Amino acid sequence: MNIVVCVKQVPDTSDPDTEVHIDSTGRGVDQSKFSFVINEADNYGVEEAILLKEKHGGEVVIVSIGPEAANQVIRMALAKGGDRAIRLEDEAFAFSDVYATAKILQSAIKDIEFDVVMTGCMASDDGYAATGQTLAQLLGVPHAAYVKSVEVIDEKTLKVGRELEGGLLEMSEIKMPCVLTIQTGINEPRYASFKGIREASKKEIKIMDLAATGLSSDEVGENGSLSVLKGYSMPEVGELAEILEGDASETSTKLATILKEKGLV
Amino acid sequence: MNEIFVLAEHRQGELREVSLELLTLASKLGPKVTAVLLGSGVDEFANKLASYADRVLYVDDSMYANYVCSAYQAALSELIKKEKPGLVLIGNTGQGSDLIPSLAVELGCPFTTDVISLTLEGDKPVAVRQFYGGKINGTIEFKDAETYLIGVREAAVPAEELGKSGEIQKIENPITTEITVQKFLEYVEAAVGEVDITQSAMLVAVGRGIREDKNMPMMEELAQVLGADLAGSRAVVDAGWLPPDRQVGISGKTVKPKLYLAVGISGAFQHVTGMKGSELVVAINKDPDAPIFQYADYGIVDDLFKVVPALIEKIKELKG
Repeated sequence: MNIVVCVKQVPDTSDPDTEVHIDSTGRGVDQSKFSFVINEADNYGVEEAILLKEKHGGEVVIVSIGPEAANQVIRMALAKGGDRAIRLEDEAFAFSDVYATAKILQSAIKDIEFDVVMTGCMASDDGYAATGQTLAQLLGVPHAAYVKSVEVIDEKTLKVGRELEGGLLEMSEIKMPCVLTIQTGINEPRYASFKGIREASKKEIKIMDLAATGLSSDEVGENGSLSVLKGYSMPEVGELAEILEGDASETSTKLATILKEKGLV
Repeated sequence: MNEIFVLAEHRQGELREVSLELLTLASKLGPKVTAVLLGSGVDEFANKLASYADRVLYVDDSMYANYVCSAYQAALSELIKKEKPGLVLIGNTGQGSDLIPSLAVELGCPFTTDVISLTLEGDKPVAVRQFYGGKINGTIEFKDAETYLIGVREAAVPAEELGKSGEIQKIENPITTEITVQKFLEYVEAAVGEVDITQSAMLVAVGRGIREDKNMPMMEELAQVLGADLAGSRAVVDAGWLPPDRQVGISGKTVKPKLYLAVGISGAFQHVTGMKGSELVVAINKDPDAPIFQYADYGIVDDLFKVVPALIEKIKELKG
């Protein structure tokens, strides 16, 4: 079973110390203080691919669009069990929307004989939750989004569970080749072993620029996009909580008193 | 602009509220609004939609009884090509979010997802959506096209009674071939645990800020001294620190306790959707810009590892 996993390096905004500030262009954010990590849902995608490979054999190819620094995320996926990787990088890719992004990914994936392409169901930075579905249409294969369980039925069929509102699972069969967008919590992502990390340094990361994709500059970036992010703005802030001031001893005393007054203690 | 299509969503025999929310939003944009419904035995839904739309276009066929992307996409693609709406609104739900991108690409339509507000400038939509977990907004514009597809977040706009009496048109199924690449099997309900947090009077809700499993006993103690139950955000459940039936949010439970004490929770909309009906919300978070403070009555901006132990002691003192 050959599986392609698309991964994205994103700022670690789960860290409460990471503040997001709009930069002077108004179309970007100040990245100088960010630490970067693999997108959380993509990490589950990597794990799910490796689990399937361990059970059914085959190859796991990691594909990522990003700068050289994204090699760190790619190497970690290779250390966990990915076999090889493709990293797509070109200045022309900047400001690509979901559609243009999917075209870039497709250019790298179309020549791979895959059974399944996996992406995370959503990126923590832009949150479109749409790249996998877009990619599926470009590849001409069916897809399932928000996948929380995968089971191989036969060599052509998977049984997948999609997570809906309220945690309801929608179980369905899907024919391979297909694209699955993987929801967090589907498995327990492993940590890379030292042996794995050592071996990963020898595995191939193929670099593809615009010329290598076979796409023209009109097909990627803002030119090749169907939608354009005009600019960021700070959200209108609703009425804020009454902030209890002081050190931990003072604030906890104030809060305990409030809870007591309201009859909750 | 040509008319606006709104895709109605139903599941397990119920028309979902998001359908009415989107029809309400569409009715304020100007053009004529058509509710589009695919289903099986859905005359009743068509009648209900007629009071929210200028027209209801529906296909009644067993192949649409449950959502299957390939079948829905095939049918909608045919309908959109034939009717040429200027704008198609679809709920950004587990169904809609699955469907929108591939349908849009098949049709060559500009699209975006998870929109929280939408306006028309001339014949073109301008959409606002959130980035970085709701910390900033982004404005999205589109290349010129005949039709645009927009995924609108659930509960972004409240549904209103519109008192319309739209014309109901039941049409032939545009798809005559069998769809074989995907097949719906069944729905599996989320497991029920020992504590039903939707019935809890008080909840201590734990988020990613707790950082490690070994810090959970401190939260258990806080819940215990308060007489509250423990709940959590998706991150905590994904990490296995709490069972799935304790998850609050869109893909978890919707709770309305007397006290919701959110500790180390940033307050992304996926979580907030499940707790904003709580009577009293208190948030403890290190990040003063965390969206949770917009939903809280009281907030403490500090390190939870300092505040929680102190709070446990104070509550113990008060209880004597």
